[in-house]
Amino acid sequence: MVENLTQATQQPSRAAESVPAIDLRGVSKSFGPVQANKDINLTVKRNSIHGIVGENGAGKSTLMSILYGFYTADAGEIYVHGEKVKIKDSSHALDLGIGMVHQHFMLVENFTVLENIILGAEGDHLLAPSMAAARKELTRLAEDYGLNVDPDAIIEDLSVGQEQRVEILKALYRGADVLILDEPTGVLTPTEADQLFRILEQLRDEGKTIILITHKLREIMAITDTVSVMRRGTMVGTVATKDTSPDQLAEMMVGRRVLLQVEKTEAKPGEKVLEVENLSVTDDIGVPRVKNVSFDVRAGEIVGIAGVSGNGQSQLLQAISGMFSPLLGEIRINGKKIKFDGDGVAAEVRRMGLAHVPEDRHRMGLVTQFEEWENSMLGYEDAQKYGNGPMLSLTAARKEADKRIEMFDIRPQNSRLKTANFSGGNQQKIVLAREMDRDLDILIVGQPTRGVDIGAIEFIHKQIIELRDQGKAVLMVSVELDEIRSLSDRVLVMFDGEIVTELPPTASEKEFGLAMAGLDPAEQ
Amino acid sequence: MSSRQPLPNWALNVLMPAMNVLLALIVGGLAVAVIGENPFEAMKVLAYGAFGTGTGMGFTLHFATSFIFTGLAVAVAFHAGLFNIGGEGQAYVAGLGAIMMALWLDQTHWIIVLFASTFAAMALGAIWAIIPGYLQAKRGSHIVITTIMFNFIASAFMSYMLARVITNPGANAETRTIAEAGRLPLMAEYFSYFKYSPLNVTFIFGILALIFVYVLIWRTKLGFKIRTLGSNPEAARYAGINAVTIIMIAMAIAGALAGLMAVNEAVGVQKRLVVGYVQGFGFVGIAVAFMGRAHPVGIAFAAVLFGALYQGGLELAFVMPSVPSDLVVVIQALVILFSGAMDEMFKPMLERIFGAFRSPSGNQDDTAEKKEV
Repeated sequence: MVENLTQATQQPSRAAESVPAIDLRGVSKSFGPVQANKDINLTVKRNSIHGIVGENGAGKSTLMSILYGFYTADAGEIYVHGEKVKIKDSSHALDLGIGMVHQHFMLVENFTVLENIILGAEGDHLLAPSMAAARKELTRLAEDYGLNVDPDAIIEDLSVGQEQRVEILKALYRGADVLILDEPTGVLTPTEADQLFRILEQLRDEGKTIILITHKLREIMAITDTVSVMRRGTMVGTVATKDTSPDQLAEMMVGRRVLLQVEKTEAKPGEKVLEVENLSVTDDIGVPRVKNVSFDVRAGEIVGIAGVSGNGQSQLLQAISGMFSPLLGEIRINGKKIKFDGDGVAAEVRRMGLAHVPEDRHRMGLVTQFEEWENSMLGYEDAQKYGNGPMLSLTAARKEADKRIEMFDIRPQNSRLKTANFSGGNQQKIVLAREMDRDLDILIVGQPTRGVDIGAIEFIHKQIIELRDQGKAVLMVSVELDEIRSLSDRVLVMFDGEIVTELPPTASEKEFGLAMAGLDPAEQ
Repeated sequence: MSSRQPLPNWALNVLMPAMNVLLALIVGGLAVAVIGENPFEAMKVLAYGAFGTGTGMGFTLHFATSFIFTGLAVAVAFHAGLFNIGGEGQAYVAGLGAIMMALWLDQTHWIIVLFASTFAAMALGAIWAIIPGYLQAKRGSHIVITTIMFNFIASAFMSYMLARVITNPGANAETRTIAEAGRLPLMAEYFSYFKYSPLNVTFIFGILALIFVYVLIWRTKLGFKIRTLGSNPEAARYAGINAVTIIMIAMAIAGALAGLMAVNEAVGVQKRLVVGYVQGFGFVGIAVAFMGRAHPVGIAFAAVLFGALYQGGLELAFVMPSVPSDLVVVIQALVILFSGAMDEMFKPMLERIFGAFRSPSGNQDDTAEKKEV
């Protein structure tokens, strides 16, 4: 371990400034018939923050996994600090000074920060000496890069932002010289994201190289020096960040011009469609998730619920859609109370006029191993139109699926294809088509565009606004603040199970940031 | 460098099971060779015994009928995401209902006996399966554990019933024999080809059961709900599918199917109920369902294969006395081992082979598609 450390710290001085930290030449990787990476060239300059953007499935993660030693490339060459290498596995990548901070943290929840950091790099049969060494090294890293975390804190007591710092420290402790961060801000509040960016800048200034994978163009513009755009497994181009604009990047990602701004008219709210009164929800193990929440949604308006993920939004959606019985409180649709009596309430709530696009289409909204037409009737299979009595009419179901494929431009246009073979955006369209192509009064939608490519985002946003303009009520939960602000007519901010405040979508980012951290901006 | 390739359906559902069976036969053949007999000769005897004569064929199909029932019992539950290990106990308890109806009505007509005992067998099989289903759905007790325990309970309960309650005085823990008028006709009475074989009218029920399960799973709304629950319980919750009801219905259907074995074996052939009449057929049903990929067509083939192994095995022990009857059991066990427990053994290898052959053309297809878009 100590050897690695010295090796890593020596490298920058040894190599000339002009030698790139990472140089990929003609890298290709395919999984069966799917070519995830095709002849990729990528040069990452030393001491820079290099962004990689691309839609879902563009091959960003595959490329980084090759660099991190998780996959082996089918073809191509990898140069690290000018030396040609063949990366065997992730520990080899670490030896070469490449560290990865995953989207989902790989930490042992009930260990201390220090224990997590030496995990896998214990170095000795006895813990005490390496713990002492690690503590010293940790203090140095904290001073050098402003990465302050209490070494003796238990991971589960830390905030998400602090956990992420531990992940970064872990990589640095093992001598990482090149840090790869995969969608690092997905779980952070705007303030935490800003803090992360400060740390990344400091790391760069201290001689580290950072590769940032993200789909948020705003972050790319804010922090990177150079940005590479990937599309469908190929590298479209690399540009200096100061010479480009979000619109240009979006166009490079999608391959055509896209509208990043949503156009909509003033809302004309009507009758109350959904009323939530003093709702409290505890989860399966008895932890309170939603605490005494009351609000209503009127016809013809979009109400957005903003907040960092994990603050009770999921449980709120599940209660309203009849999937989970609340502890206390009442939910009314068109004045009629939802009766929670056992399983299958969700079907009854559907009949009351509520359509639900769930947050997680893979886990809930779809059965991915089913054919597309089967998912097109999920939740509505009892309807008369899908066959008389107990029998299922395959012709009727497939005909309707084909109609929706046409209406929502779902591709490939084949209702007999397994749902897993559709892209994320098209899978989301399958769910949206099913929930919107019916007689509904209110649509509740969680993370409408999570994992959806930019081209489809535009389409989905238009559909939601069109629904509102038809006089339907829409309740939307999203962790993407931009999405909430551009679509909603009113915004409720959730923190720790409570609705902290209501803000107009025009409120400043700072106000949202404060509210999402649990502080009422009005009181500040 | 070759990459792995997801297998096409025919390779997954036909080639792989065939390779597993072949491997089992090769290993079994080696065992025969070790004893000093000619393995090819032994396999020939086995195949001829199973398919060579009308009598052999009749036995094979008779065993296959029981395997169809126990196999379908596993398959239906499997579609609902439940691993029903309890076919053995469900078939055993069902025997009680079947034989009581048969003994009660055996002075009337065999058709009445057939339908009455079928109904009773299905009802008791269903009840025996619903209890673990209820415990799973309502109490969260794992169905694998409860169905295994219910096999033991069934065994003890039936021993008691046969020894003490519906026993035939003088005989050893079995019921009296069904009277002449109530006995189910054998196929041999209509088709002399099957002469001396126990194949009876229940065989038709076996075919009907296969069709029924196909229609149920893929052509009804209930089947759609069963498959949704089995494939993605969260999606079922989202869809408002009542998991408790569906689990209990699926288990009831599974138990009823397993119960049909009692009509085939106890009422149809043994004409009385003896202790331990199921003889492990319920467990073999698990292998049949796996090998048949829980699909009625696959189960039909797998059931015939196991029927052939049973019948051919009996023939082998008879023709080649130096081959101990235990070795026949070994060969059957090898088939279960390779096609049940080690089902996916060849999968990684096949995926590489397919990857090596397919990837160049596959990539071309891929690029062609991309140009279209």
